[in-house]
Amino acid sequence: MRLILKIWRQPGPDAPGRFVTYEHNDVNPHMSFLEMLDVLNQQLIRKGEDPIAFDHDCREGICGMCSMVINGVPHGPQRATTTCQLHMRHFKDGDVITIEPWRARAFPVIKDLVVDRSAFDRIIAAGGYISVNTGAAPEAASILVPKTDADRAFDAAACIGCGACVAACPNASAMLFTAAKVAHLNSLPQGQPERYQRVVRMVAQMEKEGFGHCTNHGECEAACPKEISLDTIAQLNRDLLAAALKGVRA
Amino acid sequence: MAIETPTPPARVPPAEWELADVVLDAKIPSGPIERKWEKAKFEMKLVSPANRRRFTILVVGSGLAGASAAATLGEMGYHVKCFCYQDSPRRAHSIAAQGGINAAKNYRNDGDSVYRLFYDTIKGGDFRSREANVYRLAELSVNIIDQCVAQGVPFAREYGGLLDTRSFGGALVSRTFYARGQTGQQLLLGAYQALCRQIQAGTVQMFPRTEMLDLIVIDGAARGIVTRDLVTGEVRSHLGDAVVLCTGGYGNIFYLSTNAKGCNATAIWRAHRRGAAFANPCFTQIHPTCIPLSGDYQSKLTLMSESLRNDGRVWVPKQPGDPRPPNEIPEAERDYYLERKYPTYGNLAPRDIASRAAKQVCDEGRGVGPGGLGVYLDFSDAIKRLGVERIRERYGNLFDMYERITGEDPYKVPMRIYPAVHYTMGGLWVDYYLMSTIPGLFVGGEANFSDHGANRLGASALMQGLADGYFILPLTVGNYLAQAKLPKVDLDHPVVRAVEGEVQARIKRLLEINGRRTVDEFHRALGRLMWDYCGMARNEPGLRYALAKIPELREEFWQDVRVPGSGAELNQELEKAGRVADFFELAELLALDALHRDESCGCHFREEHQTEDGEAKRDDERFAYVAAWFWNAAGPPRLAKEPLVFEYIPLAQRSYK
Repeated sequence: MRLILKIWRQPGPDAPGRFVTYEHNDVNPHMSFLEMLDVLNQQLIRKGEDPIAFDHDCREGICGMCSMVINGVPHGPQRATTTCQLHMRHFKDGDVITIEPWRARAFPVIKDLVVDRSAFDRIIAAGGYISVNTGAAPEAASILVPKTDADRAFDAAACIGCGACVAACPNASAMLFTAAKVAHLNSLPQGQPERYQRVVRMVAQMEKEGFGHCTNHGECEAACPKEISLDTIAQLNRDLLAAALKGVRA
Repeated sequence: MAIETPTPPARVPPAEWELADVVLDAKIPSGPIERKWEKAKFEMKLVSPANRRRFTILVVGSGLAGASAAATLGEMGYHVKCFCYQDSPRRAHSIAAQGGINAAKNYRNDGDSVYRLFYDTIKGGDFRSREANVYRLAELSVNIIDQCVAQGVPFAREYGGLLDTRSFGGALVSRTFYARGQTGQQLLLGAYQALCRQIQAGTVQMFPRTEMLDLIVIDGAARGIVTRDLVTGEVRSHLGDAVVLCTGGYGNIFYLSTNAKGCNATAIWRAHRRGAAFANPCFTQIHPTCIPLSGDYQSKLTLMSESLRNDGRVWVPKQPGDPRPPNEIPEAERDYYLERKYPTYGNLAPRDIASRAAKQVCDEGRGVGPGGLGVYLDFSDAIKRLGVERIRERYGNLFDMYERITGEDPYKVPMRIYPAVHYTMGGLWVDYYLMSTIPGLFVGGEANFSDHGANRLGASALMQGLADGYFILPLTVGNYLAQAKLPKVDLDHPVVRAVEGEVQARIKRLLEINGRRTVDEFHRALGRLMWDYCGMARNEPGLRYALAKIPELREEFWQDVRVPGSGAELNQELEKAGRVADFFELAELLALDALHRDESCGCHFREEHQTEDGEAKRDDERFAYVAAWFWNAAGPPRLAKEPLVFEYIPLAQRSYK
């Protein structure tokens, strides 16, 4: 396969970026998208050019490190699939592919396609946990969790923290990411004692990081490689409202 | 990728090693095995809660072992600095573990117990691990599940709200707790959240996108690390009172493995060069169920969880070279070879045995798929028995992943699988307290060698990482700090300056070679060499060939590699180059260890030592010991032997028939 790639190149956080066009004549349909870029990078290095920097690690769709907007869609055209799991058989010979980093004020570009997503860690640190010191846990079987609740918690907990939801949102809101963690922990009996504090603190941190507000576009859900549902946002909003009524502050 | 018969060069230099003049003391507490850990805990010196914040502990790595250790040490009140190369601690490769975590809860009333988990693990490891460590691991397994449930880990539940379990290889009980096919992810997020809580509380300082490049040893004790900030390129030192390495395994030495691309051995290798013994480097595990290779551009291999063998049946055609698609091959012409050879364990035979069996049938020409390097993992019987929905519920995400990678639908056609490098049982030598041969340097998780012997059982890696991190290291590090009399050191100390200088010089050297070949070209060549001669089956001529070839290739690397860019920026090629340079050195030790261990055991299969039906044949008279290697800058590596004593489980040939 032959492809034309238009790739965002930006040498550093403060340097201006631009699209650079590359012809790629060495693409096999069984390659993953990242392997296609690996091959291009090898060619660039041999030619004495700077290879394209991009984040990646597990290449199994679970670590959440890879992060590219492909033809305007975070993680590309295949539903429920991270960039690393996207294979070139979904493209055609001669295709023009545009590749950009996540774009959001709260995710500044570090280099080329690599962005800084540490804001997500700070949202979790604000309350995305259950406070239990090591050793203080009761016997596991003493906590009963109805299967439907456990399944709902799991569906939300499947979030890989990649940030596609932010990249897809016209407001660059981190609502789906935040809601996924709130829904995971607030659906479980273990999460009840901190339920309202958690939601208030996490939302406050999200706003502090410079993410936009949620205005119900639903682009996040469509882009999420783990198919986290918008229902989690409804659950977050319910808990946030209840917290306000109870007078819980951050 | 075909495995060729080694063709050794006409003359090869004899492999060399020396015996070290060291007696390794594992410090195993005396007394009956079920009381050892309790006794050790009672005898430990404690640091008073008010004094803990005066101690700084450096934790390198944020996987299950690192994150849980850092979080727990923070909760106890120590000042902790935690480092990871990824952009967030949540991305450590523990996240990719799929199948589950073992624990001797006996919720199934199927005869499980701490003792049985201990027994299964010793036997599964082919009698090459320490009884005392393994017993403690089995004991702590039950606490891990309690801790994780309390954190909100969404384990699979039954309709009554109780925890569900399933079976894994090497066990006849159902003791594996799981969260769909994403158990590692959920356990890691639990530890990560506990870590974040401590970051918020100010007890832990987190340094993401930061790589440890060397260890600082002052007056014989580990006192700090030298790191490179992967974004700015800044090289600096961090000092502390103890260093804890939880940096994972070295499977990427083979280039193609199920490890994440960034997994590397630099931290443990640099520590080894500073005096930490490296134990059993040749114990590398090849996992039987991975998606086969598709081409030479391939960057990694993807695991299909062992849990699939609960319901999937492994087979190949009886006829070599059978060209028919699987659905046209009648039942009578299929060979369900695991069920045939191991009727008791069947498709749940341990990993080393299942991998070798797959290699055997492929060597016989009965492999399927491109190049004949694959076997079928067939779910049609399970789908008939349980229905598509049940199967989707159990393995849905794995089936989806398989389809995304191969373009084939495993609900309709059998999966094709082939073994791939997955885990390394070897690692830095540690005593019962998880301290290496350098005082103050502790090692947890896959980075140490401690619990799995020559073969790790499925669902035991998560158990070990969390046992080390939540329950062992936080106590044993404190015990060390309570007794160590450490002088104050600062960043101007001559040793600190010297180590920093060495790190800078190495980076400079890599950047200045400006040769013709890329880092990946060298890494692939090394990986191929290791896979062919040091992979699933090994023999003396092949290992000698590898031992001659590795230094040659390493020499070429240092002459001809091209690392573009500078050291003062995000430079992913430079990161890779440093890691591959260390893999080259470790590779040689791995091959030497494999050559020296003139027996077969677990995953270490020396073709010279097999039973008539092709099973591994141990030599307990000569090799019932841990091989701990010391770096020797002036000559060949030095070997110290820690004898393994089996007081509770008598040495016996493993049988899974």
